Amino acid sequence: MSAIEDQAGPRPRPGTLPPGVGPRRLPGGLAPAFRSRPRGRRRTLLPQFLLAPAVLLFLLFTVAPGVYAIYLSFLKPQIGGGLLGNENPKDVFAGLENYRATLADSEFWHSILRMLLVAGIGVPATIFFATLFALCLDAKRARLVGIARLAIFLPYAVPGVIASLLWGFIYLPATSPIGGDHIDYFGSGQVFFSVANVAVWGVLGFNMVVLYTTLRSLPRELFEAAEIDGASELQIALRIKLPLLAPTMTLVTVFSLIGALQLFNEPTTLKPIANAISSTWVPLMRVYTDAFVNNDIHRGAATSFLLIIMTVAATAVANLLLRRISRRSER
Amino acid sequence: MTAVTTGPASAAARRRTRSGRVNLVPTIILALGALYCVLPVLWIVIASTKTNDELFSTPPFKPSFNGGFVSNIEALFTYNDGIFARWALNSLIYAFGGAALSTVICGCAGYALGKYRFRGSIWTFRIIVAAVLLPQIMLAIPQFLMLAQVGLTNNYAAVILPQLVSPFAIYLCKIYSEASVSDDILEAARVDGGSEWRIFLAIGTRLIAPALVTVFLLQFIAIWNNFLLPFVMLNTDRLYPLTEGLYGLLIITGGQAAQYSIVIIGVLLSIIPLALLFLSLQRYWRVDLLSGGVKA
Repeated sequence: MSAIEDQAGPRPRPGTLPPGVGPRRLPGGLAPAFRSRPRGRRRTLLPQFLLAPAVLLFLLFTVAPGVYAIYLSFLKPQIGGGLLGNENPKDVFAGLENYRATLADSEFWHSILRMLLVAGIGVPATIFFATLFALCLDAKRARLVGIARLAIFLPYAVPGVIASLLWGFIYLPATSPIGGDHIDYFGSGQVFFSVANVAVWGVLGFNMVVLYTTLRSLPRELFEAAEIDGASELQIALRIKLPLLAPTMTLVTVFSLIGALQLFNEPTTLKPIANAISSTWVPLMRVYTDAFVNNDIHRGAATSFLLIIMTVAATAVANLLLRRISRRSER
Repeated sequence: MTAVTTGPASAAARRRTRSGRVNLVPTIILALGALYCVLPVLWIVIASTKTNDELFSTPPFKPSFNGGFVSNIEALFTYNDGIFARWALNSLIYAFGGAALSTVICGCAGYALGKYRFRGSIWTFRIIVAAVLLPQIMLAIPQFLMLAQVGLTNNYAAVILPQLVSPFAIYLCKIYSEASVSDDILEAARVDGGSEWRIFLAIGTRLIAPALVTVFLLQFIAIWNNFLLPFVMLNTDRLYPLTEGLYGLLIITGGQAAQYSIVIIGVLLSIIPLALLFLSLQRYWRVDLLSGGVKA
């Protein structure tokens, strides 16, 4: 086994990027190619000019709204004025009041719990099935490979809202082809599975293709050597392919988690036909309800900012944990 | 370079010639997976052939040929003065316009960051990439509030402008520029007296074309699928994209099952264009860039 690992580690993967020039590190660091040669020796303003539109738009539509949201979250409407913002544009400093109100609200924590429950069902299912299908696509003498790859990828082309409408009709007792008149797909417990299923259906294929391309780019000799040594197809899949797939699985898991934390489209679309889904069912729905239904922009901004902090923290923790796990499994 | 992206047909053929007997277990698993992914779409195709009464009375997977399909389409396109066609056109304008502009902007930025080093370039890149962690969706409300202050909401620009910069697209273009635009070629072009501009337009853009196609498709899908941003920005139904429009249609018809067949045919018609785009372009877009690019 150790010989295999020695080969596997530093080898550039064919089919991804030309050997020797690909990035070796994640976004945080910089590729070594950057420093290899003095560039732009002649004075030119071309790079600044090329970069300017992106930087300008980034400042206008990412940085500024972010800063503005933080600013808003520390304000509150002055009491005793008109009801709507237009009549009474005066806002006063509120300190941490909005944050305290959100954190003290049990419905906020319930919405987070519901989101975690959907994520707890959806993310492991996505990763498990995406990996399973990727390994099957890569298995020797498997048939239907081309058709299956296309079919499983197809839902990615279906917008989340449209997918929710489609599944909505499939769950709905009146139209259900899968026994919706016997099973209540929108029951208080079942609804978590129903929502998670719509999300999994949509992203499964994309994750599968990402994992599959990684598998295809691994050196084939590895598997052939193991086969000559008498390893069965299953053993090769579990003992060799899976550990080599671990870094990509980590990445895919983190992306799925970020996606799950932003759950909004599916429950919002299912809400009109599912009584179990309230207008504050998941955190983002709550932000929307605060800001646009209750006209409490400040509270919505505070909740948004809390969610951003939680997302960043959760992503960092997940990244750390998974990296440790994948490192251990490689050993 | 393109070894990974060969079409599924040739991959299947390669397998078949090599195979003695079929490896059953993975084949069955794949067949089940394909069924799970395709059956809902198949059901919507079949349901779209039924009139509203048939929808509730006939077996779910039995298509109907009593003219239900045609009458559903007629009902959909005449609904509210044919607003469905308008929604479809809007979706196309948002997705195509947004993706095209975004590809130009992110491609230029990625090339600049990948092939030049200048003051602040490293930090600019780091900050932009860190924004991947910022859920774009959570910025929608402050974006709306800011645009509302300058009176820019409720039009096409309000939906397109906030989606033009994609940190991931810039990252992709940067690493692809680094990898595929070799310094030797650039140096040779400089020796030949080409200006930086001409080198970028004549050589750079051509060499990073595969990354640009991938970015265009990713952005097209992202904008086509985006629900929250138009949901927040727009309040005129003539400006809605398909996703918004059909959602509104479901809310309006939510109480009355008599209208379901309109929503069902609308869902079907809005799946078709993107599915076609995928099938026709799948040889050109490089999913391997996604996994290859971010490999640790």
